[in-house]
Amino acid sequence: MREAEKIMRYLLVEDNLELAEAVVSRIALDGHAVDHAATLAEASDCLAAADYDLILLDVMLPDGDGRDFLASRRDVSETPVIVLTARSQVSDRVGALDQGADDYITKPFDFAELEARCRAVLRRRGGGAKNEINLGTAVFDPTNGTLRDGDLSVDLRNRELRLLEVFARRPGQILSKAQLMDRLFSYDEEVTENTIEVYVGRLRKKLALVGVRIETVRGLGYRIETA
Amino acid sequence: MTPSGSIGRRLTVLLACVAALLSVLSWSMVSSFARQAAERTQDNILAASATTIAEALRSEGDEIRLELPYAAFSMLGAISQDRVFYHVDVDGQTLTGYSDLAPDLETPAPGQISFGTVTYRQATLRMVSITRVVLAGADPVPVTVSVAQTRDGISAIATDLSRTAALLCVAFFVLAVVLSAFVARSSLNQLTTVAEAVARRGPSDLRPLRDRAPTELAPLIQSLNRFIDRLGTSLRRSEEFITEAAHRVRTPLATVRAQAEVALHSARGDEEKGRLRRMIRAIDESSRSAGQLLDHATVAFRADSLAHDAIDLAVIARTVTSALEPTAEMKDIAIELASETVIVRGDGVLLESALRNVVDNAIKYSSPDTTVRIGVSADGAQAQVRVVDEGPGLGAGPFDRFTERFHRGDNAEGVVGSGLGLTIANEVLVAHGGHIVLAQNEEGRGACVTLCLPLASGLA
Repeated sequence: MREAEKIMRYLLVEDNLELAEAVVSRIALDGHAVDHAATLAEASDCLAAADYDLILLDVMLPDGDGRDFLASRRDVSETPVIVLTARSQVSDRVGALDQGADDYITKPFDFAELEARCRAVLRRRGGGAKNEINLGTAVFDPTNGTLRDGDLSVDLRNRELRLLEVFARRPGQILSKAQLMDRLFSYDEEVTENTIEVYVGRLRKKLALVGVRIETVRGLGYRIETA
Repeated sequence: MTPSGSIGRRLTVLLACVAALLSVLSWSMVSSFARQAAERTQDNILAASATTIAEALRSEGDEIRLELPYAAFSMLGAISQDRVFYHVDVDGQTLTGYSDLAPDLETPAPGQISFGTVTYRQATLRMVSITRVVLAGADPVPVTVSVAQTRDGISAIATDLSRTAALLCVAFFVLAVVLSAFVARSSLNQLTTVAEAVARRGPSDLRPLRDRAPTELAPLIQSLNRFIDRLGTSLRRSEEFITEAAHRVRTPLATVRAQAEVALHSARGDEEKGRLRRMIRAIDESSRSAGQLLDHATVAFRADSLAHDAIDLAVIARTVTSALEPTAEMKDIAIELASETVIVRGDGVLLESALRNVVDNAIKYSSPDTTVRIGVSADGAQAQVRVVDEGPGLGAGPFDRFTERFHRGDNAEGVVGSGLGLTIANEVLVAHGGHIVLAQNEEGRGACVTLCLPLASGLA
């Protein structure tokens, strides 16, 4: 099943290495490949060498302004760009969008929000097909939040699709309720294990339509079964 | 700035004073010329009259005889109706006329004419005397012919001329005042042109003035340009400072937050997780506060010199909706937008930031699986953007305190915020001549925040 799963490739252009390292490890957790460039020069090299599905671009880089880079890239490439900015001025945000960024996110950011924005941009740009995951006979598209099995199509709410994505990227693996809570909820939301049970319950009902099961492993957590 | 008088008025008054002076001067000159001309004419006619009489003297034997020629008096009547007196004196004896007419006036030498002004019978007379030597028999006898005339008619003519001159001068003066006002205004128009060129500018337009202006205004424009330049530099500096400050504060916070989140992920113990969560919350609080403080500064600065662009609130609402949709989606919150084209005048960046703050609040305080509704509509002369959520609502009134700086609602516990969101939104609206209405959602739970703005006149 791993072979069938296609991988999204991100390019992160960020000069702050600690931040970059954390972002790379988080995106990798979602099952995407990430290359990191610390300067605009490195970014140009990366872009010449490989095709990327999404670029995460810091605006203040040691060898130039990310927005100028963005403006110059716009003519040659269609790759969607999300700008990471530490500035907070409203005009600055508008400026980034004017220069052709698809979206922006202000530092410091919530990984869940970054993920949500990446997903929204990819969905808008129609880059979802590459991201499909096979679940038995069904095909799960995490970008668009759809689950298809032949003619049958099931729509998933955002939290359901995120939950399914966590399961789908780790087939056969047991995931604890605590692990799921971390992925699904922001740190400041009041959630209990009961909440997870509610979401797993909802997801189960929808998955049953395409013949996919989420098995409860008593005392440990859940596991996806795609028999 | 209190105006210290008006240059235009001062210029007009000054020019009018000069005109008045010139008018009076020219009036007095014209009057005195008129009087002199009238007097000279009288003198000439008197002289001609006296000469005519002197020419009419004849000697018959030893006697000198005179037949007064009619012409001598009729010519005097030609200029005015003044009374005429005459006296012909033959060697000290009155031949004819008024013997008491100016007896003490010096008789001129033969062949000479003398002019004089005398008082006779309570009247001032202009008198001409001419002496001619007439032969009476063999003796040459000096005969003095004096003709005098009162000056009333001449004075009347002079006064008449002077009055006409005065009228002309007054007319000239009035014309001069009108022209002065016109000249003052048209000269100062150049100043107004420069002022308008400055006033027309947008708040961020700090280019030097390039308009053609008269040489006299060059120093003013030069110093204005130098001032604009300094202002631009200082604005750029403070903008750079804000940007730099934000960057310096937020970059390390971003690193710490990212690392903490990675740590949260690999942490096993609940206690450890709790600590990391508290840490992330603190980071979010501080970065949010920093961001909103900087936004607040930007808003205060931009609101001082508000732009007046035509802004479609529907476009603003669409932009904000699409920007916040991913955030809302994370909590399975739907944003419903019902909008019609509603044009207001103002600063698009500020209005967007105001609405963004309000919608952001609504999403933050809403529970999962709910809907945030945004409605853009026009009601009479007022534009409205209504943001309704299904969250816990605003609690008990009064709601005014929510727009006060750093005030957070009783229900805000457990949600990251700095208390500046609604303050910023409120300031933006007040700067645009609008206001925020906070209310409980009429249909059950939740808050309803309405941004009210005056509609752009003539564009709706």
